[in-house]
Amino acid sequence: MHIPGKDNIVLHVADVHKNFGGLHALADIDLQVEEGKTHAIIGPNGAGKSTLLNVIIGRLAPSSGAVVFDGTVLTGKKPHEINQLGVARVFQTPEIFADLSVLQNVMTPAFARRDGAFRINMFRSVENEIEIREEAEHMLNDVGLIDRRGVHAGALSRGDKRRLELAMCLIQKPRLLLLDEPTAGMSRHDTNTTIDLLKKIKARGMTKVIIEHDMHVVFSLADKITVLAGGRIIAEGLPEAVRGDPRVQEAYLGGAH
Amino acid sequence: MFEVIFLQFLNGLDKGSAYALIALGLTLVFGTLGVVNFAHGALFMLGAFCAVAFRRFLTMETVTVDPEKLSPWGAPLEIREPLVQAWFGEFGGWLVNYSVPVSLLLAVPVMLFVGIAMERGLIKHFYKRPHAEQILVTFGLAIVIGELVKASFGPNPHPQPMPTDWRGAADIGAWLGMQANIITYPWWRLIYFLFAMGVIGAVFAFLQFTTFGMVVRAGMADRETVGLLGINIDRRFTIMFGIAAIVAGMAGVMYTPLLPPNYTLGMEFLVISFVVVVVGGMGSLPGAVAAGFLLGILQSFASMTQVKAFFPGIDQIIIYLVAVVILLVRPRGLMGRRGVMEA
Amino acid sequence: MSSFISRKDLTLLVGFTVIVLLLPILATPFGAAYPDLLQRFMIFGIFAVGFNILFGLTGYLSFGHAAFFGVGSYAAMWSFKLLSTNAVPALIFAVAIAGVFALAIGFVSLRRSGIYFSILTLAFAQMSYNLAYSVLTPITNGETGLRMTTQDPRVLDRLFFDAPPGTPVPTLFGWSLSGWNGFYFAALFMIVTFFLAMRITNSPFGMMLKGIKSNQNRMNYTGFNTRPYTLTAFVISGMLAGLAGALLVVTDPLAGAERMRWTASGEVVLMTILGGVGTLVGPFLGAVIIKYFENIFSSFNNSVLANFYSFLPDGVRDVAVMISSKFVGEGWHLSLGLIFVLIVVFLPGGIMEGARRIGGWIGRMRNGSKSERHVAATQPAE
Repeated sequence: MHIPGKDNIVLHVADVHKNFGGLHALADIDLQVEEGKTHAIIGPNGAGKSTLLNVIIGRLAPSSGAVVFDGTVLTGKKPHEINQLGVARVFQTPEIFADLSVLQNVMTPAFARRDGAFRINMFRSVENEIEIREEAEHMLNDVGLIDRRGVHAGALSRGDKRRLELAMCLIQKPRLLLLDEPTAGMSRHDTNTTIDLLKKIKARGMTKVIIEHDMHVVFSLADKITVLAGGRIIAEGLPEAVRGDPRVQEAYLGGAH
Repeated sequence: MFEVIFLQFLNGLDKGSAYALIALGLTLVFGTLGVVNFAHGALFMLGAFCAVAFRRFLTMETVTVDPEKLSPWGAPLEIREPLVQAWFGEFGGWLVNYSVPVSLLLAVPVMLFVGIAMERGLIKHFYKRPHAEQILVTFGLAIVIGELVKASFGPNPHPQPMPTDWRGAADIGAWLGMQANIITYPWWRLIYFLFAMGVIGAVFAFLQFTTFGMVVRAGMADRETVGLLGINIDRRFTIMFGIAAIVAGMAGVMYTPLLPPNYTLGMEFLVISFVVVVVGGMGSLPGAVAAGFLLGILQSFASMTQVKAFFPGIDQIIIYLVAVVILLVRPRGLMGRRGVMEA
Repeated sequence: MSSFISRKDLTLLVGFTVIVLLLPILATPFGAAYPDLLQRFMIFGIFAVGFNILFGLTGYLSFGHAAFFGVGSYAAMWSFKLLSTNAVPALIFAVAIAGVFALAIGFVSLRRSGIYFSILTLAFAQMSYNLAYSVLTPITNGETGLRMTTQDPRVLDRLFFDAPPGTPVPTLFGWSLSGWNGFYFAALFMIVTFFLAMRITNSPFGMMLKGIKSNQNRMNYTGFNTRPYTLTAFVISGMLAGLAGALLVVTDPLAGAERMRWTASGEVVLMTILGGVGTLVGPFLGAVIIKYFENIFSSFNNSVLANFYSFLPDGVRDVAVMISSKFVGEGWHLSLGLIFVLIVVFLPGGIMEGARRIGGWIGRMRNGSKSERHVAATQPAE
């Protein structure tokens, strides 16, 4: 289903509601992400951020409303289909291929981009896929992992795994990058490194949606912020405006569930 | 028509009871320890062989030769007297007759020991390891146990007689007010069913009404929190493994008059036990019991000649077909919790 | 040439080929130089290497592959009876039928993963076995099994020539396949299978399979539709199992349902784990070792044991014989089970992991701690 949208709106969450039995996890959610912008979604615990993310990524079907990406409805599509359309995702706990080397980790998504969702590619060995190997090495250089390319990915620190995961997403040149609490559980040092990396990516004009908790991260990176509380949007706008919004302060400090 | 259906229903009860008991133990282990135990069928078999061993012990005989009495062809008569009878007289005779139920007394401590030994000795090391490795190591264990049984008892089945008083059939039809001898059901099978219900009831009561049981149920729901509360859940789970082993073993003991046990019994019941647990729902105790009875009865109906005429061979494959359908249509099983091990 | 196969792979392939072709000579000091036994090495080597393509690469543990082995046997036998004594149509027929069967079972079973998948394959294997012994006896001849007889139609053969006298046996375009011919015929397929496994493992396709094993969730979110990947691996391994079953019938022209018992599936799992799951050579090694010891140990009896222990004083020797006898002869499976448990507990990577560890240990001994750090930092992922 193709819903024509405004030219520079990459993602449109259109009037989405999500109910679990009697529980209204999300209500009246309508937000639009503009191309090239970093759009942060924040809110206290239990506000519905994860639910919203799962609706966007296709894991949960909305009770009503739709998620439209670049004119295509995402609802009901499988994860690999959504990725092939141009959406890449970073998980709260970095999801990488722990048994493969760092280089292989980054080469794999490149194959998905080049060959599609399924291809019986048994006729060459991996070593001879020179283009993809070079692309992967280039990407590793970008994120600062090039000297660890032969290392077992499972042996990396959490911060490095996050970098690797970002490299895996970026090599696919996605239209939209979804980040689910990218600095969760990280030390101050790793958080800052991650922010620097994300700023670098931002400078290239990639559209990003970040679900975040950490205010420091959000205010360093976001162009626009949507605030969720109790499954609803309570505020939306530029960072300075949101920062000063009394409703937002109350939601975080006043114990809204 | 009703009689035929009712009879088939009754016929499925004893097998269904065995399935339910085995599945109960398996689910207890999976729900508490999160371990997939491919050796569980072997526990059922070990129980059965406790009965075999007990009877063998009881029927060790002294053979004396009485020169006074002669057999029909003129040789001195051998008088065989079971040792037990020599020691205990009539009581001994009674013991031999009732060897199967009495061997429960032997089976309980043996199975408890085996269960705890298995858990502490081997399974404990595999909690954090992937399910595939748990399957492999318990599968290997099942083979070893089967082979040990074969080495000790030989490759042939060992029929175990039921106590003489309990042979023959109960006239259930008469109880229900029908004509006599229309619906009869062998006494031992009825006893097995009642026994199974008793054991199942005891396990559920234990889990529901004791503190120990409450802690175990809490641990099944959320192991981490229980640990954080300072409760040593590991020891309790070990005991649960022992209890699961006892349940399986007892089911095996009482089943021996119905199916002569041999060393392949473990493997045969292994496949079935997993099928039952999958149909019932892998974390659900009531589901395991219900599925056990359901599949036993289904198998009985599938063995009816009328049914087999329509679908030849259906009795051989009915329970696997049901498992396949359930796994595809409703993978959490009839009563399982949503999200438990969906692909 | 260099983009088709890398130098390292080519070396391995050539090395493997040489060893296999020289097996009759290499096996002599082990007392294993019988065509029959060596053929079994090849047959179960193919089975295990094929199985490893599924289990070793994707991590999906199937307990149902004996069904494909059995189907291959039956299909080959029917070809021998209906078409020709020539082994080629039999093999083609067997691989095709096993492939279709694997496609059907894989399509259903792969809708689930992990333990549910394993139980599904177990259920299908048990169903197949039960049916083979009961309802499908017209096709399988139940317990007795199928044999080639002089009354068989053998349509293709009749078109071209008269039936030779005597009991029919499998042939290869007229050449006999008994004795060493049979071994080399099977060895050819072993080498091809090894090449195929090597090709798959080192290709992008193989890397995708490994990715599925490592983190299927991530594969999905990275744009891969994982189902066709696993199904392809499943069908390939099923076809190779069918090939092995067919080759067994070529060696020993009797097809019986015993092949399909799920414990036969267990045996191939054992071989793969023992040798080293996920490695190329491991499953082959595991198959050779298990079949070799099966042959040797299962023929041990008490007198052989007594001979073996003859250096011990009498009383001790009798005790030793009595204890050992439980583990050999009929008790061979007990030994096998114990070895399997020990391997899974202590050395889950099998013999290949053991070899790697020993190699690493020797390397460290030689070069001291500098080498250790170097090895740890640049450990290539395998």
